[in-house]
Amino acid sequence: MPDERPRSLLKAMARPGYLLSPWPLRALLYGIATPLSALLWGVPLVLLGMPWLILAASIADNAHGASPAPGEVVLLVVSGALLLATAGPLVAVPGAALERLRVRLVDDRPLPTPHREPRRPGLAAWFATRYTEGATWRGMAVLVLTALLFLPLTGTVGMLLLLGATMAGTPVLVFMDEAPITLGPWVVDTVGDTWLPSLAGAAVLALGAYFGGLAVAAQVELVRFMQRDRGEEALRAELSEVTRSRARLVDAFEAERRRIERDLHDGAQQRLVALSMRLGLARLDLPEGSAARESIAEAQEQAKRALVELRELVHGIHPQVLTDRGLEAALPELADRCAVPTEVSVELDRRPPAHTEATAYFAVAEALANTAKHSGAASARVHARLEAGMLVVEVADDGRGGAQAAEGGGLTGLADRAAVADGRILLSSPPGGPTLLRLELPCP
Amino acid sequence: MSVTPDDRPNGTDRAVRTVLAEDGVLLREGLSGLLERFGFTVVEAVGDAAALEEAVHRHDPGLVVTDIRMPPGYSDEGLRAAVRLRRERPGLAVVALSQYVEQSYAADLLDSGGGAGVGYLLKERVADVEEFAAQLGRVAAGGTVVDPEVVRQLLRRRRDPLERLSGREREVLAEIAEGHSNTAIAQRMHLSEAAVGKHIGNILAKLDLPPDDGLNRRVMAVLTYLRGA
Repeated sequence: MPDERPRSLLKAMARPGYLLSPWPLRALLYGIATPLSALLWGVPLVLLGMPWLILAASIADNAHGASPAPGEVVLLVVSGALLLATAGPLVAVPGAALERLRVRLVDDRPLPTPHREPRRPGLAAWFATRYTEGATWRGMAVLVLTALLFLPLTGTVGMLLLLGATMAGTPVLVFMDEAPITLGPWVVDTVGDTWLPSLAGAAVLALGAYFGGLAVAAQVELVRFMQRDRGEEALRAELSEVTRSRARLVDAFEAERRRIERDLHDGAQQRLVALSMRLGLARLDLPEGSAARESIAEAQEQAKRALVELRELVHGIHPQVLTDRGLEAALPELADRCAVPTEVSVELDRRPPAHTEATAYFAVAEALANTAKHSGAASARVHARLEAGMLVVEVADDGRGGAQAAEGGGLTGLADRAAVADGRILLSSPPGGPTLLRLELPCP
Repeated sequence: MSVTPDDRPNGTDRAVRTVLAEDGVLLREGLSGLLERFGFTVVEAVGDAAALEEAVHRHDPGLVVTDIRMPPGYSDEGLRAAVRLRRERPGLAVVALSQYVEQSYAADLLDSGGGAGVGYLLKERVADVEEFAAQLGRVAAGGTVVDPEVVRQLLRRRRDPLERLSGREREVLAEIAEGHSNTAIAQRMHLSEAAVGKHIGNILAKLDLPPDDGLNRRVMAVLTYLRGA
């Protein structure tokens, strides 16, 4: 069964057939490309780093007595940092992209871009994204490390390979009448003398293939490590964005509820009240017992019923009392509507933010509805207080317990609501009761 | 017109000078018409709480009818203005109208000026035009009128001792809260006055309240009890 073909230089080097495979040649191409690529992004990077280079040079000069003035040092450090921070990404992003592209020469594993898609089209969004993501600055680090570490290393390997090639090539050189050739201890005059240096040259070339291969592999692994698509990082960024957008959505829903409540109040309710009043006045003008008066009375009755329904509906959408007077007034009112006798105590020395109040209010509404529907409780208790930066609301009943957060059920909805506000719900409801539901919401 | 005689504001000028505050134009005009038709004089009709206070200062009316929720905040501006006005002018009668009832609003009003000359009603009560006008008249005459819905809420809250009341007695209790006299209650519930008196005696006894003939004090006693104060 044939082995799977190696997909990276490091894997290929671990195999016996490495020297005869295309891999050394691929590594050689990569090595040749390194200084060419470095030239492209290195020149602008050196220009940006010029203040720091000048500083380094003057400190080196310091050995000869010419120490730089403190003001000068600060100026150079700051201007260098400023230049790199502002224009650095403009070099780092394409530079790192070129380095990633080169990795393909010696590596068949995929290396997708580590950069995020800008949230909006346009240059401003591109800048905002690139300057704030880690991948850009890690890309910069790749370039600096390449310039400081791998460029010299590549040069060394290059020299080694050149030496090996020369030694191995002595028979050709002699044949081309270049003799005598001095190779360190050896002086080669005739083709017959060349067997030793060419053999040694072949050994050096083989060594170079491994040593150079290692150097290239190290560089590639570095690029891959620094420029890998940080799945979890992207996920985390996405998650926090999702969390934020969810909170925004909930806020938008809340605002929308208020708007609808207000529209109904100013519109339909107002009109219905005015209508039923007009009907009432019209009725007065009709003779008692007349058919017209009867039907007006009937119409008025219907308008009244519509008003009552509308009032209940509006109250369910967003209770005005919560907006006006907070939980202190809204929770007792909620308890009054509950079929189970409920005692309420609210100990708040200040009003929590509107969305926190709304979350707590609707949570208690849901909890009390559950109590009334399922618990068979004879009494319930609601307690709201502030506790170490948290709004804590507890709803307890003496019912039969066994409440569970069923999929899509009221309790799950409660937990979801709490989670949006960065809070949580704790539920203790053993079979046989009692049930205690505790809601904790951050309340700075 | 079938305003029952005892619901007329006793001894007061029928043409009660009234300031009306309501931000909905439709309703404001409708209410103006209603008030005029039932003999009130609407000296000014305004659309927000600040204008209400100004108008009261300008006209020194006998009665204020105000919406609770008004510009600019669409919160309880009307109520707060009413409470302020009553603090300034103890004799001023105020009826607050609200799209929904909230006992803490009722409490604020009742606590101002000892609860005399105060009304708190659901807006939709204006549909019963005659009854509504009669209620305004009672408040203008120094009476107290509280929406039955508030009483219902309070009854729910203090349910234990109220278990002792019979169904009839609860109905009578609601009538008392609306500021009706014994005679009016008897008419409205098709009972004899003596029967009403007996019910009221029972209610006051069961709630450990002193018997009292004054309409206003009777309402207040019941409400104070219900509020658990």
